[in-house]
Amino acid sequence: MEPLLLSRWQFAITTTYHFLFVPITLGLSIFLALLETCYVRTCKPRWKAVSRRLIRFFGTLFLINFAMGVVTGIVQEFHFGMNWSEYSRFMGDIFGAPLAMEALTAFFLESTFLGIWVFGWDRLSEKLHCACIWIVAIGSNLSAFWILVANSFMQHPVGFAVQDGRAVMTDFLALITNHYVVGEYSHTLFSGIATAGFVILAASAWKILHDEASRYAFTQTLKAGALFTMIGLAGVMGSGHLHAQYLAEANPMKLSSMEALWETADPAPFAIVADINEEKSRNDAELAVPGVFSFMLYNKPSGEVKGINQLQQEYQKIYGPGDYRPDVRGLFWSFRIMIAAGALMMLITIAAGALAFLGRPLACPWLLRILPFLLPLPFIANSVGWYIAEAGRQPWIVVGLQRTAEAVSPNLTAGEVWLTMIGFTVLYLVLAAIALYIALRYIRQTTVADEGRNV
Amino acid sequence: MDLNILWFVLIAVLFTGFFFLEGFDYGVGMLMPFLSEQDRERSQILRTIAPVWDGNEVWMITAGGALFAAFPHVYATMFSAFYLALFLMLTALILRGAAFELRGRTENPRWRRVWDGAICFGSAVPAFLWGVAVTGLFSGLPIDGQMIFRGTFFTLLTPYTVIGGLTFLLIFLFHGAAFLTQRLAGQGLILKVRQAAIRAGSWAVPAFIFCFLLTLTDTDLLQKPAAIVLLSAAGLFFAAGLLLLYRSVFRTAFICSSLSIVCTTAAFFAGLFPRLMISTLNPDWSLTIYNAASTPYTLSIMTIAALCLVPCILLYQGWTYWIFRQRVSARDTEAQEDY
Repeated sequence: MEPLLLSRWQFAITTTYHFLFVPITLGLSIFLALLETCYVRTCKPRWKAVSRRLIRFFGTLFLINFAMGVVTGIVQEFHFGMNWSEYSRFMGDIFGAPLAMEALTAFFLESTFLGIWVFGWDRLSEKLHCACIWIVAIGSNLSAFWILVANSFMQHPVGFAVQDGRAVMTDFLALITNHYVVGEYSHTLFSGIATAGFVILAASAWKILHDEASRYAFTQTLKAGALFTMIGLAGVMGSGHLHAQYLAEANPMKLSSMEALWETADPAPFAIVADINEEKSRNDAELAVPGVFSFMLYNKPSGEVKGINQLQQEYQKIYGPGDYRPDVRGLFWSFRIMIAAGALMMLITIAAGALAFLGRPLACPWLLRILPFLLPLPFIANSVGWYIAEAGRQPWIVVGLQRTAEAVSPNLTAGEVWLTMIGFTVLYLVLAAIALYIALRYIRQTTVADEGRNV
Repeated sequence: MDLNILWFVLIAVLFTGFFFLEGFDYGVGMLMPFLSEQDRERSQILRTIAPVWDGNEVWMITAGGALFAAFPHVYATMFSAFYLALFLMLTALILRGAAFELRGRTENPRWRRVWDGAICFGSAVPAFLWGVAVTGLFSGLPIDGQMIFRGTFFTLLTPYTVIGGLTFLLIFLFHGAAFLTQRLAGQGLILKVRQAAIRAGSWAVPAFIFCFLLTLTDTDLLQKPAAIVLLSAAGLFFAAGLLLLYRSVFRTAFICSSLSIVCTTAAFFAGLFPRLMISTLNPDWSLTIYNAASTPYTLSIMTIAALCLVPCILLYQGWTYWIFRQRVSARDTEAQEDY
């Protein structure tokens, strides 16, 4: 394999791994901030004691997760220069700015105030301490915003000019108000909330079943987790829907590939499953519902959607000969896996939430029993979602401006990239296993007792 | 002063902050397993940096991000040139970051020992490699007319850069020890720290002198009077720090070791100016603050952001050190109920 392909693999591995932890950080920091606000404001001594222990419980999980996210985040930042030096040269004037802003506005904020939060319980007033976790939550979510500003430019360049063979920024405001980032950021934020909510649900379900002393506390978090997940899922669906509608104008190739729509159609059908033949640029067989794709995009049963083959011809006219089609099969199935995972999460969450709010969490024990095993769902959805976003812009690294093949560092040898790819992957796997073991062990061994029962 | 010079200064400031803050973090991490066999004492030593190390590490990330934003060609050339060195550094930093979090999560002594080793390794490797990288930048790299690095991993490893790496490592060891004298409460532990500091410091002095002489002969860095003055001042501060620490005047010793790091970093940048990366193939191919920079528009946007944000960052990071100003005693590590 060549350095190019290896570098792509390496970046994909690092990003996917990094993004296992990021959504939990985004969502759980908000959850902890809300929980601590309850703790500070409540007048009920019983709930005050319980919520304090719950903060410690979920705070510990948050910290383990946060540490893993931070260490892989550094790798992310370095990869651009290490493996993609020509990208960094071409894009530095635009891409460097949000990255530096991320460090200046967000990384300092979250890491500094997290340190204060963890070690400052007896050194700060309750309110000030609570403010610290809010700042951590704001910092984390701000950092997601900046990096998605950078990513959105790669998907849909705005506010730039090309001068002397590189892209230069001409309008910073356009960069941060890129319509693309609205969809990408809201989708990421809500998926973070849904992911964290599902983690809370899974942990709570396990504790309710297996730890009687902690049952009261975790019945509360089962409710909260269900609510949190539902808000997240609703937001994910809404933002995803609007973003797909926007894709129809911003990046039709990605959109049509997600649906494996080869020929322009009006109204366009929605294929539920398809046997995709990329060599012949068609589907050998498909099960499709007529008009639904058009309806999803235009809110009416008609409207033209451009097919992959027509777009390919258009792009050849604009950009010259070449293959401008992404991995259609991968995108098509990723999209379906994402939807299915989200739908399954929603069913489970509604059921668990209903049980919790009816005050009978144990009425249906099998549900609580399977919940922890469904924990991979949000992570699968997040990973395939990013696959759609990133593989969907190929062969471009910056749509319309630079091809991925032109972006790789020219001085690297395959041997070097092999070495680092294997090195990082092994390290990631070992650390993931250890972190998971520690987190599960902590969940199992920690009791969140409710002394109020005996009073 | 044009924006390119301003950004050169800002990057110098970020690296100064990084070497000053992470300098003692790395030093503490490296010293910890050698200062005590007891887990209780090791926990106390780590507790001195536990609330702040992550915030300190952000100085490095920000320096990298600022380099990307202001001088993208330097970022591109440097990071791809130091490919394997950065891989080693990232591996070390990953292990170190994970170790800080995971170490205290079980009571098992063997578990803790493994992570103690990871913290030590994860602090020593970056300390050494930053020295290699910095001295490697002084002696220049084979950079071609397209700003592309034309060497290998071993181009970077010369006797000079190895000495540079060792000097950095020893200075950070001393700096970490000087920091610990300010942060620990137990007198017994402070005495051990003092001994370690004297040992590291007495190795650091000859290493520093050797490195200084090699810089004089092998590079053009010290042709600038400012660089020579600053680097000499750094040496004097370091020697003064060592002497003061020997006499147990700890606070001033720490101030001296801090000043020596600040002066060393300032000397690098004064010597390099206006270049950021020197090409050994052709001096005209060197990356300077002009041919490697972003456009004036991007620089001005980033200037506004940096000038507004950096003072705030200094304020709240300073506040953290104020909150945790009390010396760390055995009580602090036993009260894990804390959080």
